[in-house]
Order: sequence, then structure tokens, then C-alpha cells
Amino acid sequence: MNPVIPIRSAETLGCANTAVISEKGQRQVFCGLTGIIWLHRKIQDAFFLVVGSRTCAHLIQSAAGVMIFAEPRFGTAIIDERDLAGIADANDELDRVVSELLARRQDIKLLFLVGSCPSEVIKLDLSRAAERLCKQHMPHTRVLSYSGSGIETTFTQGEDACLAALTETLPARTSQGKHLLIVGTLADVVEDQLSLLLRKMGIDHFDFFPPRRSTTLPAIGPETVCVLAQPFLADTAKQLESKGVKRLEAPFPLGAEGTTQWLQVIAQAFAIDHTRFEEVTQAPRQRAEQSVARHRTQLQGKSITFLPDSQLEIPLARFVYQELHMKLLEVGTPYLHRQIMAPELEQLPSSTRLSEGQSLELQLDRCDADQPDLIVCGLGLANPLEAKGFTTKWSIELVFTPIQGYEQAGDLAALFSRPLARKLKLVA
Amino acid sequence: MRVATAMTNVHYVLHAPQGDTYADLLFTMIERLPRRPPVTYSTFQARDLGGDTAQLFKEAVANAFDRFQPQAVLVGSSCTAELIQDDPGGLARALNLPVPVIPLELPAYQRKENWGASETFYQLVRNLVKPADKDLSAAPHKPSCNILGPTALGFRHRDDVREISQLLQALGIEVKVIAPLNASVEDIRKLAQADFNVVLYPEIANTTAQWLERQFNQPYTRTIPIGVSATREFIREVTSLSELPIPVGLEDDMHSVWYSRSVDSTYLTGKRVFLFGDATHVVAAARFASEEMGFEVVGLGTYSREFAREVREAAKKYQVEPLITDDYLAVEEQIKHLHPELILGTQMERHIAKRLNIPCAVISAPVHIQDFPARYAPQMGFEGANVLFDTWVHPLMMGLEEHLLGMFREDFEFHDGAAPSHLGSSRVAETPVTALREVAQTELPKPITAQPASSAWSIEAEKELGKIPFFVRGKARRNTERYALEQGLSTITVETLYDAKAHFSR
Ligand code: SF4
Ligand code: SF4
Repeated sequence: MNPVIPIRSAETLGCANTAVISEKGQRQVFCGLTGIIWLHRKIQDAFFLVVGSRTCAHLIQSAAGVMIFAEPRFGTAIIDERDLAGIADANDELDRVVSELLARRQDIKLLFLVGSCPSEVIKLDLSRAAERLCKQHMPHTRVLSYSGSGIETTFTQGEDACLAALTETLPARTSQGKHLLIVGTLADVVEDQLSLLLRKMGIDHFDFFPPRRSTTLPAIGPETVCVLAQPFLADTAKQLESKGVKRLEAPFPLGAEGTTQWLQVIAQAFAIDHTRFEEVTQAPRQRAEQSVARHRTQLQGKSITFLPDSQLEIPLARFVYQELHMKLLEVGTPYLHRQIMAPELEQLPSSTRLSEGQSLELQLDRCDADQPDLIVCGLGLANPLEAKGFTTKWSIELVFTPIQGYEQAGDLAALFSRPLARKLKLVA
Repeated sequence: MRVATAMTNVHYVLHAPQGDTYADLLFTMIERLPRRPPVTYSTFQARDLGGDTAQLFKEAVANAFDRFQPQAVLVGSSCTAELIQDDPGGLARALNLPVPVIPLELPAYQRKENWGASETFYQLVRNLVKPADKDLSAAPHKPSCNILGPTALGFRHRDDVREISQLLQALGIEVKVIAPLNASVEDIRKLAQADFNVVLYPEIANTTAQWLERQFNQPYTRTIPIGVSATREFIREVTSLSELPIPVGLEDDMHSVWYSRSVDSTYLTGKRVFLFGDATHVVAAARFASEEMGFEVVGLGTYSREFAREVREAAKKYQVEPLITDDYLAVEEQIKHLHPELILGTQMERHIAKRLNIPCAVISAPVHIQDFPARYAPQMGFEGANVLFDTWVHPLMMGLEEHLLGMFREDFEFHDGAAPSHLGSSRVAETPVTALREVAQTELPKPITAQPASSAWSIEAEKELGKIPFFVRGKARRNTERYALEQGLSTITVETLYDAKAHFSR
């Protein structure tokens, strides 16, 4: 394998032990309901029914309904005053809504009842409701529940909660042999590319989770190992581990380096020999490096701050540092899972300021003091920061764009260089 | 939030879970505001629920006050915080801040956004305007008014305010205060000094205007100046309130009336239009559509129950059944049933229109980012009428093109997939999040003829259907199938097709 070329040898690597600024205060993140935006596209026969208030309906409509021009496979069962008066009524109401929905939409094979803050505060037991409804509607439709509430989850954690719930239903694997489960929603194109690479290496028994259709849930067994493709899936990983699935520790497949390291961990677990690995990965890796290099000329030495949003921040920081040679100021993440992030933290310069949670105003003060060249932040903050003269990148685009794998490395780099290039271009 | 964000020196502290902070992006993204809304959230989490959420809220208020130094503080609860019953008003009062603290009780489980904005504005005014503020000693002065109702995130409020202020100035009326948009706490205090109030958006300003009328004898206007006739009526109303003559040359820049009469507009005659949105815009737009565009109003409705009466009355005028609902599926059903040729609605109707392949223009909030154009595009006044003419005609076929499309449907530029030439080459506007669309494409195409109970098309009939211009073909297909179903026909022949056409033609 090619040795990793040291970039700035002066810098010591490793953030695993650095103190983290842990903040509690006003946040600026989405709640987990937003995960529905991509999950309903991924699992094509699933429907997501949010049991919540008008605020939830509004969020999901303005965040998703406004953006996706198609019949959505999500909806909101609105809790109103009547339901607040009696939980029993709320349950009846829910049963009615679900029956109507399933009668109207025969194509729904999997229905998620998605909990919200209100349903949690009034202690509506959605898992019980799901069991009850499951009995009524199986085998045609399976009903599951998870919470996407803003008091429990932020943004991408909605996917974690959803997949953790789905893990319960994975069938047992009957066939022999080592089997790989790749966990986390990836764009179809990324899945296809990764599949090809794995097959070329000689790994044939693998599945992606979540699957594109709920009827093709991957089976797991004692010989299944899993690898995370997204960094925000701690609960799902835990669930899988509790079912005897071994988790491979790897950095995330972002950039040429990240992808190589991620594949390497898999290759090792499947005892793929070194030459074979090199043969398969060399060409795409070179392509990735070349396409990243084009953006490096623009980004080298530029400073960057990540505001907390999706938990992708740390792997992304590793990518922009390692491959684009950017200078990391602050890397904020809504939640830092040390174990899952360990392979990433090792590769960050120890000078990086890590922060977990958020106290928005204080964090913005630090931004003001730092004056980063680029700020990665949520949609609510981007325009106000631009108006103050900063250059920003919407973090949500990093969740909604295929960025994993070799062929996407250049696109990923472009997401960082484009805002700066644009700034140079505009004269008025 | 729409009221607080519109104003300059108030701050709103909202007791809410972290996810609710998404609301900021409605302003910074959709309206592209260059600043964050003046809102601080307590962002409590599950682990706080045990007991110290109240403390958390108090800290949030104190911190926000120190940092932003507002002249007035609004406090309230989101739906979730309502359930934990912390009493933000009491908690904030206990802090003894040196500025007015205005608690908002907006029962989110019963009421909706416009009502909330109206109530917020009313509470602000009630708490800030004191009787002593009315300047009774005033010597003879220029007639004056306030403009009430424009907020942040309103549909074209910014431009309407400019248009109507100019109009009032041209009439010789001084505009004292515009509120809440761009108003400060001091401005609000001065509200009582004007002679009368101009209510531009009754959904937001009626309650306040009524209170001001009771307290200070300030009359307020009822006409919404959308469309030429309504604008003229509005001018008569304000000039009579201020006893002024109407100056000449006021209507010089008006084009819509002539455009509407020009011969190319003949094709607009009787176009069947469906309207949905807030009551004010729907009623005004229906009048403009019918009287100034020559359309036929085939349906209208509103999501604002508080104003259902106004919409019902308008519906009577057009002899249609009004639709008062906030269920967009019901709206979609109604539209399917009525198969209009143009939809004037909100962002939700734009989605419906897209699904059903019907042209659509937006006339009311809630809106999309593209409804905050960079250019000046009011809905009110004479310029507003010009804008309405343009934007409503735009999604329809242009005069001769409609005929050409009918004649040369095999033409390589005029095929089924091609958009009307004036809409440019890409029919679907790209969203910045293109990846979503890629993911979206993986969805299985929905079978178009998934109607189990429908009749089968004979080959000849299918062929004949193909000869019908594509932009009405979908409608012809649906109508014919419906007709066949109603008549209990199992096969659709060429005759059925033309029978149906005769049956539905009006
Ligand atoms: S373009 Fe998309 S992200 Fe931007 S406001 Fe519209 S829907 Fe939201
Ligand atoms: S934060 Fe809670 S109340 Fe707000 S939208 Fe999310 S789930 Fe609903």
C-alpha cells in the first residue's frame, strides 16, 4: 500500500485525548424528524407517520414538503387538544389515522410511527401502539416506532433511531460464511460503486442497511460483521452488537484516504491479500486523489470552522485537513461518540479545538474572534454569517449529496471550494 | 416570530426544544434575511424535563436581555413547552427587567400561524401604546395614517408597503408608522398619533386596528388594494377619511387594464381558475381574476377559519362551493374534481399543481424562496395589478403558441415533454439540493393507470387520444375515464371519447 505521505510534519496528530469544549445552551440544529427526508426516499415502500404537533408538521413540511416535489411518503398525525385530554382517545385517533392511511396507500409495507416532543411529553407509548397496530395490519404492513423528537435527537440521529428500531426485525441468516453489513443510508450510486469494489476484491456476501425495499431486509447471523458508512449510528451499532454482530472499527469513507482506510479494514477482516487490494483500489484511488488535488490549490492553508449539525463534522474535518490541507479552527459536533470516532480523531492535528453540544452565542463569538475563511453551518445561520462577511457552506448539503467513496471525493472537495470560488467571482 | 423578526428592537424568548430552532431558517433561507431572527430558544432536552426547565428558561431570558439589549421582550412557549407548563410570562416577570415584558399565550394546539402573528402584534400594541400618547393638542396638520399588518415572511409585504406608502404620499397623506415591519418599540408607542389606520393584512392587523379604534377613535380601512378596481376603491376610502381630493395622473403607470383588453388576451377568456390561500388574498384575487382578467372562478377556499365568512360571501358571488380546510389532501381532491386550467394558491397548491400538471401561480403565504424575488414585485396598488397580470399569464400558454401547439404536435420542439417556450428549456426548476432529486429518482414510477375500477381503452381510442394536444390530454383521459365509469362502459371507444368531450364541454 502507498505510504501515507506526511503533510505537515510539524503538526502532531491525534485528538483522541484532547479536552473537548462541552457546551450546554441554545442550539441551532434540526430535530431527528428531519431524517425522514432521506429515509423515505431510501426505503421505498416505507411510510413515516409523525405523531406530533403542528410545529412538527410545519417542520417536516417546510423542510421537506417544500423541497421535494412528489407525493411524499410521510405525514403527520396531529395531536390536538382533544388528544391532550385523554391518552386513550389519542390511541383511538391514531388507530383510525393509520387504518385510513393504509387503506388509501396499499403500497405501504412498512409504517414507522415517529415520536416527537409532544408525544413524548404526554407519554404516548408509541411502541405499544406499534405492537397493537402490527397485529392488525400484518402481514401486509409491519408497524414500527422510533423517536425523532427534538428533546432526544438532533438531525441525523433520527436515522440512527429509525435503523435501531429496524434492527429488531432483521431475519436470522441461514447461509454459512462471513458476511458484511454496511450500515447507513448511502446514495444508490455510492452503493453501486462500493459493491463493485468489494466484488472485485472477492467479497460477495454483503448487504446494505437500510435496504431499498423493506421486503429485502438483510439477514444477520453469527458470522456477520458490520461497518458503519455514516458516523451517526451509535445506537444502531449497539443494537447490532447486542445481536452478536461484530463491528469493524474504521474511519469513514470520505475522500481518497478515508475510503482507502475504510476499505482496508474490510479487506483485512475478509483476509483479502494485499496485492489484490492494491490492484482493485489503485486506479480509483488515483482518480480520487487527482480530482481532490484540483481543489487543494484553492483551499490549501485556508482556515475552517465546523458548527455542530450532523455528526459528520469530525470525519469531514479529517478530510479537509488531510487531503485539502486546510487549517482546522473549531470542529463542533452535536454529539461526540469517542469510540466510533477514535479512528478519525487519531488523524486530526492535536491543535484542533473540539466542541460538543452548543451554546450558540458563545460559539458565534469564537467565530468572530477566529475569522475563519470558511464556516460549515446549518441553514438558519448561513445567510446571517454571509451578511457579516463570512463565507459559508450549508452543512445539510453534505448530508444530501453523495460524498462517500472514491468517485465522489472530488465532488466532496468541490463542496468546500465552491463557496470560496464564488466569492472571488462576484464583483458587485 | 414573524412579528418579532419584522421589528427592530424587540427580542423574543421562546421556550422550545432544540429542533424548533429550525424556524430560523424560514427567515434566513426562504426570505433570505441577512440577519438572524431576534429569537432565543431555551432548547431544553429530555434530561432537563425533570425539573429545571423553568430555570433554563429564566437563564435564557436573562442572557438574551444582556446580550441584545432589546427595548421590549416577548416571551412564549412552543407546542412542546406548553405541555410542560412552565409559565414563561411569570418566570420572565420575576427577573424584573427594566423594559416591558410581554407574555404571549398562543395555544399552538388550537390556533395557527396568522392568528399567532395577529395576537402577538395586538399584545405588543396593547402593552406599549398608552392613552397619553395621543397628541390631542395637535394644531391643523397634514392628514396622517399608519400602515398596519406587514410582517416578516409575508407574501410580498415589503413591496406592498412601498407601493401603498407611495400611493398615500401621492394623495397627500402622511404615513406616520408602519408596523410591525421595520417598526421599533418607540414607533409602536406613537401609533395613536395618526388620524386613521390602513389595514393591509386583516389576518394580522384587524384585532389591533379594532382595539385602536375603540381606544383612540382611529378609524381603519376595509378595502384591500389588490387589483385596479380595488385600488380605486381604496383611494376613495382613504381620501374620504382624510377629506382630500384625488390628484390627477395617479394611474399613469398602469398597464394591466389595457393588456387585459388587448386582442392577444382573448385566449384568457373564461379560463377556469381555482383559488386557495389566506382569505384576504383569495377574495381579492378572485375579484381580479373574474373582473380584470376575464377568468371563470370555478372554486375557491381558505385555510384561515377565522375569515371563513369573507370567503363564503365571495364564493356566493361566483356561485361556487367554498372550501374551508387546512387539509391539503382535501384541496387536492377538490382540484382534481374541478380540473381547473389555472391554480392560484400557496406553495402547497404549487405542489398539487405540479403533480396534476396544471399551471399555477402563487398568491398567498406560505411561500417558497422563489416568492421573494430580488426585483420589486408588489401585489397591491396599480403596479401590483401589473405584476398580477404578468405572473398569472406567465404559466399559461401564450396566445398564438397555444394554437400552434395544437396544430403541430409532432414538431420536434413542441412535443409532449417540451415546456412552453416562454418557460425556458428546463421545465423543472433545479433546487440547490440536486442530490435529493437523484435519490428521488430511485423511487419506482407510479403506475399511471392504477385505477382498478376503470374501463379499458380500445386501441383506436388510445390512438385518437394521442392526437389531442398533450397539455389537455391528461384531462381528456381523466374525463373520458370518469365518463365511462359513470356510464358503466367497460371499453372506451372513439365514440366514448367524443361523447365524454361533449358531456364535459361547457
Ligand atoms: S430552495 Fe430548498 S432549501 Fe432553500 S428554501 Fe427552498 S425548499 Fe428550502
Ligand atoms: S423539536 Fe420536537 S416539537 Fe419541534 S418539530 Fe422536532 S419533534 Fe416537533
